[in-house]
Amino acid sequence: MIEVLATGPLATVQDLGRFGYQYLGVARSGAADLRAHRLANRLVGNAETAATIEITSGGLAVRLSTTATIALAGAPCPGAPGWQVAVTVPAGCRFALGPAESGLRSYLAVRGGIAVEPVLGSRATDLLSGLGPPVLAVGTQLAIGTDTAGSPAGEPAPAPAPSTAPVRVLPGPRTDWFTDPAELFDRSWTVQPDSNRIGVRLAGIPLRRSRPGELPPEPMLPGAIQVPPSGQPIVLFRDAPVTGGYPVIGVLPAAELDRIGQLRPGDQLRFRPVPA
Amino acid sequence: MNVLPYGDHAVLVEPADESAVLAMRDWLVAQRYPGIVAVVPAARTVLVEVDPATLPVLRLRQLLADAVPSRPETTAGDELVELPVRYDGADLAAVAEQVGITTDELISLHSEAEYTVRFCGFSPGFGYLSGLHPRLRLPRLASPRPTVPAGSVAIADEFTAVYPRATPGGWRLLGSTEVALFDLSREPPAVLVPGIRVRFVPR
Repeated sequence: MIEVLATGPLATVQDLGRFGYQYLGVARSGAADLRAHRLANRLVGNAETAATIEITSGGLAVRLSTTATIALAGAPCPGAPGWQVAVTVPAGCRFALGPAESGLRSYLAVRGGIAVEPVLGSRATDLLSGLGPPVLAVGTQLAIGTDTAGSPAGEPAPAPAPSTAPVRVLPGPRTDWFTDPAELFDRSWTVQPDSNRIGVRLAGIPLRRSRPGELPPEPMLPGAIQVPPSGQPIVLFRDAPVTGGYPVIGVLPAAELDRIGQLRPGDQLRFRPVPA
Repeated sequence: MNVLPYGDHAVLVEPADESAVLAMRDWLVAQRYPGIVAVVPAARTVLVEVDPATLPVLRLRQLLADAVPSRPETTAGDELVELPVRYDGADLAAVAEQVGITTDELISLHSEAEYTVRFCGFSPGFGYLSGLHPRLRLPRLASPRPTVPAGSVAIADEFTAVYPRATPGGWRLLGSTEVALFDLSREPPAVLVPGIRVRFVPR
C-alpha cells in the first residue's frame, strides 16, 4: 500500500491512456509526459501498461507500508530517495518531494504498478470528465499491483537533455481560416497560468483570423493548436474534449507532446513548421 | 471529398456532403484496415487516427484516395431509442416565446421529430442529435450556466442533446429524462451512439 501524506498542487494516477471510446466522447487522457512515465515504469521493470503517479510541480509525500521498488522520473524534485534510478525502500519508508527544480511533471513508478480499478480499459484520471480514479488526496491509499515485465534496471537512466529548440508543428486542417498562418512561427508565446491537462493556453501577439465565428464541431486531438476568436492559441492536451469548434491552425507531432507536459506558466515557447 | 492534414498520426476526411459523414464513418470502420486505431465522426468531418508504425499517414492518404467512395451509401435501419421526457426545462417558456409559439406547440415540434445521433463530443455520452425542426434553431445562451443538471434535454443551433451528467453548459433546456445515458457497466457505455435513431416521448 502507498499512503498519500501530501499531494502538492495536483497528483493523479496515469497510464498510456484510454483508447477506443473517442467516438462516444471519451478523451484519450494518459500521462502528460509519456516518455518520463515510460522511463519510470521501465526502471522498476513494469509492463508498459502499468499505472504511475503523475506529480505536478512536486510536493508529493508518501509512506510505503511494504518493501517496494520505486523509481522517479521527469521534472526533478528534491527529497526523493533517488532520481531516474530503481531504489528498493523498506516497509514504513516515507519521503516528501520539494517543488520541481525544472519542468512541471514527475512520475513515481512502483514495481507492480498502481492497482486502481481500470475504467474503460485505463487507470488514467481524466480531469475533464472525471473518469478514472479520483485526484489523489491526503489519506488516499493506493494498492500495488502485479503489472511487471522483467527485472528492475540495475543502472540509473541518463537525464535527458532539456530541449530548447522550437516545438515542431505540422499543418492543421484549417490554415485557410487565418490571414497568415506563418504568424504562429514568427512570435514568441508565453504559457498562461490557466494551462492544465485539458489545454495549454498561450499568449502573444494575436494570430489574425481571416474568418470570424466557429466551425461546426470538428474532431480534436491532443496536440491540435486551436485558435479562438481572441487569436491566442490553445494547445489541446491529454484530457481535451474529442470535438471542438475553433479552427486548428497546426498539429504537434505526437513526440512533441511530452515537452508540452513539462511547460510551466510563464515559460516562453516558439514553434517551427515542418512539412506534412 | 477532402482529406485534410491532422498531424503525424491522423487525417481529417471531409465528405462533399455533410449527410455522408456517418456513412463515411461506417464505411471506414467496416473496411478494417490494419493500422487504423480510431474513426471519430463530428458534424462535417471524420477523424481517422492511425498507428503510424503499421500505417503511416502517407499510406493512409493513398488508401483513402484509391478506395473511399466519395458518397458511401447511407446505412439505414439502425436501432431506435425512445427517451421519456418531462418537458419542464428552465428555458421552455423563453424558447416558445422567442420562436413565437405556445409551449404545447414547442413540445409537439420537439417530440414529434425523429432524430439521429450524428456524433458524440463535449463529455462522455453527449450525443449531438440532428433532425431538430428548423423553427427551433436558436444559438447557445450568451452566457453558459455553471451547472446543467444530468438528464437535461436541450437544444442549440441545429442540434438537440441530453446532458449525461451535470456539467457547465450553454444549451437551452427544454426538459429532463431519467434515463442514464452513460453507464460504465454497459458495453458500449453510451446510449446515444452515433447512428442511433432517437425519439423523445412526453410524459
